[in-house]
Amino acid sequence: MSNEAVLHASVGAHHEAHGDEHHEHHQDTFITKYVFSQDHKMIAKQFLITGMVWAVLGGLMSVLFRLQLGYPESTFPWLQDILGKWAEGGKITPAAYYALVTTHGTVLVFFVLTAGLSGTFANFLIPLQIGARDMASPFMNMLSYWFFFAASIIMLSSMFVETGPFSGGWTAYPPLSALGDASPGSKSGMDLWIISMALFVVSSLLGGLNYIATVLNMRTKGMSMTRLPLTIWALFFTAVLGVLSFPVLLSGFILLIFDRNFGTSFYLSDIFINGVGALPNEGGSAILFQHLFWFLGHPEVYIILLPAMGMVSEIMSVNSRKPIFGYMAMIGSLFAIAILAFLVWAHHMFVTGLNPLLGSVFVLLTLLIAVPSAIKVFNWLTTLWRGNVRFTPGMLFAIGFVSLFISGGLTGIWLGNSALDIHLHDTYFVIAHFHIVMGVASMFGMFAGIYHWFPKMYGRFMNNTLAYIHFWVTIAGAYMIFWPMHYQGLAGMPRRYYDFSVWESFKQFGELNQFISLVAMIVFAVQLLFLFNFFYSIFKGRRVTTLNPWGANTLEWTTPIRPGHGNWVGEIPEVHRWAYDYGKDGKEFISQDTPIGADESHH
Amino acid sequence: MATTATATTTKLWGGGKSPFNVEYGKVMMWYFLMSDAFTFGAFLISYGTIRFSTNGWPDPNEVFRSFPFAPEGVHAPLVFVSIMTFILIISSVTMVLAVQAGHNMDKKRVVKNLIWTIIGGAAFLGCQAWEWNHLHHEGAWWGSNPFLNHDGTASSTNFTNYFFTITGFHGFHVFSGVIINIIMLIMTLTDKFEQRGHYLMIEKAGLYWHFVDLVWVFVFTCFYLI
Repeated sequence: MSNEAVLHASVGAHHEAHGDEHHEHHQDTFITKYVFSQDHKMIAKQFLITGMVWAVLGGLMSVLFRLQLGYPESTFPWLQDILGKWAEGGKITPAAYYALVTTHGTVLVFFVLTAGLSGTFANFLIPLQIGARDMASPFMNMLSYWFFFAASIIMLSSMFVETGPFSGGWTAYPPLSALGDASPGSKSGMDLWIISMALFVVSSLLGGLNYIATVLNMRTKGMSMTRLPLTIWALFFTAVLGVLSFPVLLSGFILLIFDRNFGTSFYLSDIFINGVGALPNEGGSAILFQHLFWFLGHPEVYIILLPAMGMVSEIMSVNSRKPIFGYMAMIGSLFAIAILAFLVWAHHMFVTGLNPLLGSVFVLLTLLIAVPSAIKVFNWLTTLWRGNVRFTPGMLFAIGFVSLFISGGLTGIWLGNSALDIHLHDTYFVIAHFHIVMGVASMFGMFAGIYHWFPKMYGRFMNNTLAYIHFWVTIAGAYMIFWPMHYQGLAGMPRRYYDFSVWESFKQFGELNQFISLVAMIVFAVQLLFLFNFFYSIFKGRRVTTLNPWGANTLEWTTPIRPGHGNWVGEIPEVHRWAYDYGKDGKEFISQDTPIGADESHH
Repeated sequence: MATTATATTTKLWGGGKSPFNVEYGKVMMWYFLMSDAFTFGAFLISYGTIRFSTNGWPDPNEVFRSFPFAPEGVHAPLVFVSIMTFILIISSVTMVLAVQAGHNMDKKRVVKNLIWTIIGGAAFLGCQAWEWNHLHHEGAWWGSNPFLNHDGTASSTNFTNYFFTITGFHGFHVFSGVIINIIMLIMTLTDKFEQRGHYLMIEKAGLYWHFVDLVWVFVFTCFYLI
């Protein structure tokens, strides 16, 4: 029976059939193996590498606009060489600055930390860790990547249109985003932006449905839900969040498309544009878009964060050589976060004229998130406590994640308060908060995942020395970039401004801005070092010689060093225990497929 | 071996089988429908929000009062849309019959009922096309609203904006459903399901079709009744 037939077998048949089949070797061509691959591991790598390309582009954009913020009086002739009219005379124009800020936000949030993170690790880890030969529907999985790819190409092309890419901020608030006359960036650049995002929603839907169906239906024998590694639980909740929140964004975007192109007034009312005059639109509400956007936008934060949390839990337990502390509490807190994610969106809108009573309800719900978050943090710390910690690069990044999550999470308590938010809204305090707690923390989760599972992906190790340099510079740099921004924000420095040197009250931050920009460049350079390490190690890294180099319990380490399509040669292992039997009965680790011994203590 | 097999089959969530006893495609369809429900939900809530914050709204009994070949100035409020709704609901019934026939591996009845469902869907789309065309002739379109509020004052264009956007989005779903049903019909006629030994795909198409009907009930309520 071929693998495909196994994957598509009807009710209840697929697992029984696993036992007696041997994986047939398809004749793979270059196209079917590397391009239109239906192997979840290859699709994961496609997501990862596309995500990396976007991370470099998005990171480079931040370096460029940090150049403007740090050195507003200087000119850099080489900027004109690469940006042309967008950096006339070596100085980034305001229009280009806003385009850079907007595109940086969009691609980092959606393309890198959503597609690049959960796209990579959900695809890679779900079948391997639950004991399945592939995703429920490998074909839909492939489509999911190619919709993402199409979205990428369209987003990329928006950077080359004459009026420039969209420049109204990644949240795309109307009326600015709805009116081409309002700004050059709202012309065809915005059309491409919104088409790209619509394709991205389709990609995320196809992927998410697949992850959910796979986790529910394709677990191997004995792999009950409470034996799943926490990575899988996190990726499962991530998928549910995506499937339920992205469609609302899609509705919001469809209405926006109509407002842009077909003369409707869903978001528009009583607008006067300089040089154009009064617009006929009346009766719409710009706030409506904010509700639709943030109904996705807030769960999106957890779509970004949960996979990192799951991977950190797994990596931390493996490298502490200890069971994860509070396994059920970890699942419960993931669940609580997933529920609360849908109930807090209006905390982004405290200053829109929201009814203060309603605001106070959202304050309460927002602050409630601190409870599951604190449960998770304490569980991570108690997992480390008296552990036999191995400081592998993956482990360092996992610990770094916890550090960042604490630091960034604490400022969330400030921002979740609607009274404080009047002062802090749209300042650098917000920038500092979300970059630390969601941006950098999730990047750390991603790095942890890459370093930890690289041996499974490519059958080789990454270089440790480069990895340690990467870690220390990145974590020190992240704090040096974003810590000072808290002070700037408290002093009232607003986000998205082009040049602070013209403001008497913000002149004092000139040198601090220079410092931040300098560190940002260094951190960016170190990420290139990581990329070098990654690609060099694919071909030249130290070979993995044992099946289970980390001594981990989960099923992916029972596959061959370089698993083929179908993952296991012969039978899929049966699971007899949870994933965290470390240091039990004097054994360092007991793999999930080891049957319970006769003299084993209760687990 | 036999004992372990019975032990795992009794545990629904124990792994090695689907906890809901359905194959993955149906799990996906259910989750997709939840997702799609959120899309429509967002549309209808937006509509409600805007309508609630607008001073007046046209009377649906005045707007939707005509039917094909009706004499000029006829006043037959909601008659035509009731027929449309009836057609769609009947097509859901025929879909149920097709799914049931599939369970019994009765190819002939599957074909017959699928054809009725397709005809029902196409008829609904035809009715919608006529209605859109009629309203368009009266001057209604995205961005233009010829109808007056209850109290005779000029009405917001958001009445027509939302009407065309949401019924259009629903119509697009019906259209997709008809295409899916045609594919199901072709697959039935070419004995694809007989070879597989089950008609599960018809069941999934049926889930989608019922969902689209259910959404219409809400769309109908929001635009024609309230």
